[in-house]
Amino acid sequence: MSASEEKTKEVSEETAGKGADKSKEPSNAGIIFIFFVLGLGVSIMVGWILFPKVLYSQKEQPFDFNHENHMLMVDNGCQSCHFFREDGTFSGAPKLEQCIDCHYDIHGGSEDEIIFHEQYVANNLEVPWLIYYKQPNCVFFSHAAHVINAEMDCRTCHGDIGESTSLPVYEYNRLSSYSRNIWGQNIAGLKRNTWDRMKMSDCSDCHQRNNVNQNSVQTLKGPCFVCHK
Amino acid sequence: MKLSRRCFLSFSLGTTVGITLSPLPWKITDDLSIWTQNWPWTPVPRDGAYSLENSACTLCPGGCGISVRKVDHRAVKIDGMKDHPVNDGGICILGASGLQYLYGPFRLPSPLKRVGERGEGRWKNISWKQALTEVSEKLSEIRSNGEPEKVAVISGKKEGTIACLLERFLTVYGSPNFMTPSTVEDSYEAALHLMQGSRASVGFDFENADFVLSFGSGILEGWGSPVKIFQAIGKLKKDGSVIQVEPRLSNTAAKSDRWVPINPGTEAAMIMGVAHVIIREKLYDENFINTSTSGFQKYQSLVMEDYSPEKVSVITGIASSQIVAIAREFAKASKPIAICGRGEGRIAGNVHETMAVLALNALKGNFNREGGLWSVPKPDYIKWAEAKPDQTALEGLEKGRIDGAGSKEYPFMTSLLDRFPKMINEENSYGIQALLVSNANPLYTMPDTEAVKKAFEKIPYIVSFSSFMDETAQFSDILLPNPIYLERYEDVPTAAMYKKPVLNLTKPVVKPLHNTINTGDIIIKIAKSFGGSIADAFKWRDYETCLKETLGAQWEILKKQVVTEDKNFVANSPALETNAGKFQFVADDVNKSQNSKAGIPHFEDLGINGAAGNFVLIPYDSMPLSTGYVASAPFMLKVVSDKALYHQDTVVQINPETALILGLKEGSYANLETSVGSARVKVTLYDGIMPNVIAMPSGLGHTAYDDYMGNGKGVNINQVLGVVEDPVTGLNAAWGIRAKFSKA
Ligand code: SF4
Repeated sequence: MSASEEKTKEVSEETAGKGADKSKEPSNAGIIFIFFVLGLGVSIMVGWILFPKVLYSQKEQPFDFNHENHMLMVDNGCQSCHFFREDGTFSGAPKLEQCIDCHYDIHGGSEDEIIFHEQYVANNLEVPWLIYYKQPNCVFFSHAAHVINAEMDCRTCHGDIGESTSLPVYEYNRLSSYSRNIWGQNIAGLKRNTWDRMKMSDCSDCHQRNNVNQNSVQTLKGPCFVCHK
Repeated sequence: MKLSRRCFLSFSLGTTVGITLSPLPWKITDDLSIWTQNWPWTPVPRDGAYSLENSACTLCPGGCGISVRKVDHRAVKIDGMKDHPVNDGGICILGASGLQYLYGPFRLPSPLKRVGERGEGRWKNISWKQALTEVSEKLSEIRSNGEPEKVAVISGKKEGTIACLLERFLTVYGSPNFMTPSTVEDSYEAALHLMQGSRASVGFDFENADFVLSFGSGILEGWGSPVKIFQAIGKLKKDGSVIQVEPRLSNTAAKSDRWVPINPGTEAAMIMGVAHVIIREKLYDENFINTSTSGFQKYQSLVMEDYSPEKVSVITGIASSQIVAIAREFAKASKPIAICGRGEGRIAGNVHETMAVLALNALKGNFNREGGLWSVPKPDYIKWAEAKPDQTALEGLEKGRIDGAGSKEYPFMTSLLDRFPKMINEENSYGIQALLVSNANPLYTMPDTEAVKKAFEKIPYIVSFSSFMDETAQFSDILLPNPIYLERYEDVPTAAMYKKPVLNLTKPVVKPLHNTINTGDIIIKIAKSFGGSIADAFKWRDYETCLKETLGAQWEILKKQVVTEDKNFVANSPALETNAGKFQFVADDVNKSQNSKAGIPHFEDLGINGAAGNFVLIPYDSMPLSTGYVASAPFMLKVVSDKALYHQDTVVQINPETALILGLKEGSYANLETSVGSARVKVTLYDGIMPNVIAMPSGLGHTAYDDYMGNGKGVNINQVLGVVEDPVTGLNAAWGIRAKFSKA
């Protein structure tokens, strides 16, 4: 073999070596891609599944309550218990005083009824109900304006709670301390029904859609002041 | 498989994209922004049913009705009660701050017994049973030693069932020493007694008047019933006018139609000067003078002799032409009213000055008629069976009052609290063994704080019924806290300087927050524990029963509507109850041994105490600073001007000229010294005060309550003010004090 031949061989071996390296390249990129997908997957799982679980904590209501059952027994629908006071303000969750109007005695023997009587009626303590749709303090909201003046149905904002046989789990946001019903069950903030969410944008959407009160009634100032007095 | 740096970067990239595609960053941003607005420690008021409950305010003698806004059972706001005859929906800053007295941490939580030294602030919680037993035993011990006169009561209230119960208790126990703080109302009462023969309060119908000539009265600074006066003067000023004669440009002076600066303490001379011009020019109501008055000649000759505008001008510093002009304006008005009582009228003043004001009003015959000055009879709804003191009590009562009221010297006076410390300190009196203090804070409100404290140190046993840890409570031996006015029933008769008799009822708009008992109940319980004639005088089961029985048919009405007013009440000539049934320009019920003019209105230079010092210190009052039993609430202190209180320092007003001479600048510190005490103060330069006069705000410098209630903020003006006794009434007539003043 001449010297030149040897050189050629060396070169070709070198080339061959390089060629062999190149053939490994796609598999490396694959690994890198796999890592990308892995990162993507993990974070999507964290963001969509784990995050809501960490963000929201569940609280137990003092005892269970059957709305459907009560609806059957009262004459005036929701307003039998969630009524407007004489001055037009809304009473919200009923006070002990209203409950014992009917439940002056133990009615039936359900476990919840017994808890109610033993822990609250007997000690004259208000039941510390957790309020699903409680708006924050900075929000001025008038039930009378919506239910009486605009004749809106309770369902529009509160859904089918009146037909439920059991209270839903109350979840509260560990950061903002709001009830989950304000943001809505869907962590992406998407909604199908009007009652799915109660953020500021939901209020303003509805006001805009129906072209009502775009300014504060009291001060005639801009839209912010409709709810933030 | 080899993990390279690229794998790691790729993983990170994937994570970032994934997180971005998840709701996490957007939701967390939203929640974080909400979180920053909802700190868990920010107090959030609970929601509930709203209601309004009407009641009455007792924080000053104004006699206003209030509407308490409640959310469920919590009181959350106090407004003025609409259609109340006194304040018709209006409220002052003190009344509006009422809730801070309800919820304040300076409230007394339960009965307390002193365990440390007096004033040290060490207390022990005791039960009500123990507290009442201890007080009863102490009182019974003093009585069984045959010294019942050595028990005294200081009551912030003169009228109403609580005051009457306390007084009744003292009577059957055997002590004449029921004392009440005096104000200009006492001076008016004395003057009315001397000139009209009536035992009545004075009332002014400002709403229907058309001219008010005020000699230093702080119409906008808390004089009389503040809300009523604000409203009435507001109405009057639409067509009529107000002239303010005062040494200092006060708020009232600034808002009046004319401010007439005057040498401090010479107001009476000005009043007489105005009378002089009216008489000289025959501008008075001849018909009234001829038919309804007596002694005019004597008064007239004194006025004509001593008070020509020229003479008055020398005394007061007011140009004689101005005196003439003011007199003509006063006389020209159809319903003019002249008033006196400096500032909010905390200091009773010289009775001859008050008489001079009554005489000036009489010249226009503007008495007991619309737009004039009314005599308002004392409330007479308390008609209890007469108490029958036993022998021990009678002996005690015979010893006479320690303060000299009702004595030969001050025959028609019923209380002279300002003389009390002096009598104890001078040790020529029989001394006091036990003092009960109700609705009052004498250790803060009485002039010459040091002397008052010295006197209190000599009293071995002090009981306070205060609801708060005030200065007097702090210096007491046992505390029996009363629920505050929002938690109790109590009758509140009369509104200061209001023209008609009114009767208010406070009611428990909230349940008592602390372990308190109404003072009325305590007195009844203690009286019962004595048995015999003392218990016999207190047959009621409890205070509420007593109140109910006393008010009779009015009880239900008052419970419903808070106030009753005799709408048809007209103070008419029967209010002139002198022997001749006339207004007397010259009073006869006066000891004239020292002064031949005593009994005739005149200007009297009583000489304010402290010969030393080139300066004259005068106090001034303002709405945000409460000078009475309750200290200013935090809401009020927030609006005190930094020209009155700068951080922890009292700021006094001086004329720039005075400042120049003393080398003082705005904000400099100065030392103020009077014969009574001294203080380090800051100065502010003010053109609205004449040279050599120093004006100092009252209502500062508490040493009790807490930091938010002005503890340690400024100087209590009573530390440097003294007492000058009025020769006729014995009331405090010190409108100011001489002072040394120099750069600190
Ligand atoms: S003026 Fe007196 S009585 Fe009236 S609201 Fe004010 S503090 Fe109360």
